[in-house]
Amino acid sequence: MPRILKIEVLAPKVRRYVVEAPKIARKRKAGQFVLVCATPTGERIPLTISNADPEAGTINLIVQEVGKTTIEMAALKEGDELTDVVGPLGQPTHIAKVGRVVCVGGGIGIAPLFPIIDAMKQAGNDVTVVLGARNEELLILEDEVRALGVELVICTDDGSKGRKGFVTDVLKEMIAQGPPINEVVTIGPAIMMKFVCEVTRPHAISTLVSLNPIMVDGTGMCGGCRVQVGNEAKFACVDGPEFDGHLVDFDLLMRRQQMYKQQEREALERYEADHTCHLEGV
Amino acid sequence: MSDKKLPPKMTPKEKMATPRQPMREQEPLVRARNFQEVPFGYDEEQAIVEASRCLACGKPKCMEGCPVGNDIPRFLSHIAEGDFAAAARTMKETNLLPAICGRVCPQESQCENMCIIGKKGEPIAIGRLERFIGDWERESGATEVPECAAPTGRAVAIIGSGPAGLACAAELARAGHRVVVYEALQKPGGVLRYGIPEFRLPKAIVDAEIELVEKMGVEIRCNEIIGMTDTIDELLDEEGFDAVFVATGAGLPWFLGIPGENALGVYSANEFLTRINLMGAYRFPEYDTPIQKLKVAATIGGGNVAMDAARTALRVGAERSLIIYRRSREELPAREEEIHHAEQEGVEFHFLTNPLELLADEKTGWLRALKCQRMELGEPDASGRRRPIPVEGSEYEIPLNTAIIAIGNAPNPLIPRTTPDLEVTKRGQVTIDQETMRTSKRGVFAGGDIVRGAATVILAMGDGRRAAAHINEFLANGEW
Repeated sequence: MPRILKIEVLAPKVRRYVVEAPKIARKRKAGQFVLVCATPTGERIPLTISNADPEAGTINLIVQEVGKTTIEMAALKEGDELTDVVGPLGQPTHIAKVGRVVCVGGGIGIAPLFPIIDAMKQAGNDVTVVLGARNEELLILEDEVRALGVELVICTDDGSKGRKGFVTDVLKEMIAQGPPINEVVTIGPAIMMKFVCEVTRPHAISTLVSLNPIMVDGTGMCGGCRVQVGNEAKFACVDGPEFDGHLVDFDLLMRRQQMYKQQEREALERYEADHTCHLEGV
Repeated sequence: MSDKKLPPKMTPKEKMATPRQPMREQEPLVRARNFQEVPFGYDEEQAIVEASRCLACGKPKCMEGCPVGNDIPRFLSHIAEGDFAAAARTMKETNLLPAICGRVCPQESQCENMCIIGKKGEPIAIGRLERFIGDWERESGATEVPECAAPTGRAVAIIGSGPAGLACAAELARAGHRVVVYEALQKPGGVLRYGIPEFRLPKAIVDAEIELVEKMGVEIRCNEIIGMTDTIDELLDEEGFDAVFVATGAGLPWFLGIPGENALGVYSANEFLTRINLMGAYRFPEYDTPIQKLKVAATIGGGNVAMDAARTALRVGAERSLIIYRRSREELPAREEEIHHAEQEGVEFHFLTNPLELLADEKTGWLRALKCQRMELGEPDASGRRRPIPVEGSEYEIPLNTAIIAIGNAPNPLIPRTTPDLEVTKRGQVTIDQETMRTSKRGVFAGGDIVRGAATVILAMGDGRRAAAHINEFLANGEW
């Protein structure tokens, strides 16, 4: 079973896992993801590969604690094993030299954006990166992105780091000031990607988004991850996860992401109840 | 040979007069709410009586009806003599997975359909006896691992661990080749695991039959997706395989293409069944994967998968489970036994009903109703079935909170996409030479649903066996 070699805390409730997965490390390209099952009775969740080391045979996964599975993952230690890691899945990002590219990342979405920034830069594009977080503490990968030698603008909701405001404010200014932007790549919460697309739409700037619907098998077999793109239903696992943001129905995506909210809450409450009991009296 | 009390030998007349032995089942309304298997199976006595009814025809028609050519008369005679071990050995010459086939083969249209006794009375219950022998062998702990030839030094990769892949793997292992089976999901079995529910095919049986294949030396690697983790070219050029058998099944669900299909509460049958069977959602929260809380569930479609989904819906708590089908009962493609079981359990069939739209609550996005239209049957169409025609002005709504779309699957695109020299049809099915099961790519064979579209477990197993024979030939002479 795939072993976790290293765990680093990047921000409160956000960890980077370096996982042994030699074949995936060799194969994966920017934009691809894996499905991870943490325990034998666990749920399979899609996690984007934020980086990989083909020589060491490892992949990096950045995970935020949001539900039972990710909280359970947070309890794992270096040397522990994950039950399943499958991949690489999804279509790689289409990387080409297009000119000026602006990569807009928000929250945990900065993790999957990182390899795309890297690849866009290596393809010879003039890359500007806008990273947003709620506050300074929650901002991840700043140093890594900076090390890629790209122009970087940071903004936080509360102004604790960089500019105060949203990524969309920065993007609007960039569009207004020029030089012209040839492509925008944005990954973050669905609501953020939706607004980024609204900013670029009037200027007809090609905008790539990476979607994270609920998935089961990741191979196209179940269709649970379907998203509406233009007038077609697409399976994010085999047709995506990246799509033309101007065609994506984000409201539907957000709704479908909430489909099991009640069960997720129930699972989490049970898990927390089980785990608090053990601590009482310690 | 046996300590069983054998009934006195029957004359042909007595044989004809002896009725087909019934198989006990769980009570319909009890079983509709649990996941235990529906029929209990024969006991030894019933099995012997049933097998003794065989007339041992000179030209056994039953064998002609079997896609894998089981030696049914010899198998039945061993059971009639009470020599179950010999019956098991006979069966396994051609079919390594009798406990599975005995349960899921459509015998009524194959072996039993050809049985001479069936012309006048009820045919020998060959399927039930096959199941009996498979179960007897497993439960008695007497499972014999078939002998394998000396290692040939050749290696074959099999993509997909469903019925076609497993059957092929077993045959190739028997011939002495090194065999590795690649499985994309976390457990082997393909449709036997994710598709067919526990109450129709207990997973302990799938486990046992797969274990046997592993005991023959077959290596099964789960969580490896050929087309993503590795490609066919890499298997052949870098990983040292001499041949590849593509048995990836039909794995891309069709939707209806009607408005509202993305509403919350709409599942493909694949997703619904995979969540429950493979991921254990029926045991939520013990297992983490959830399924929504069902109230009224409508399954759209009329095949075996639709029956499985509708019956499963009851078992995960649906107050009502409906089947929506465009044509009439006569045209249902599902096996009679499955339809009958579904009816007994209280599944409500809405025939001549065409789904038009899935209506969702505007605020929440959750499914609230299915808009339908009544149909009537017109002239036969190309398939020979009478074509359903909409009745003007007959639209109405069925209130519900779950819809399960069970209208079939397209072939999965992952392998064709990453194997440019593998020829596929316009619909994406892998093209093969029917005679040799060879694809357009040297060293690569294919069978099962990826070639046929949606078919049956036994046809897939038959393909696996035939492919193994052709692969053996190719490995022996190297000619393509």
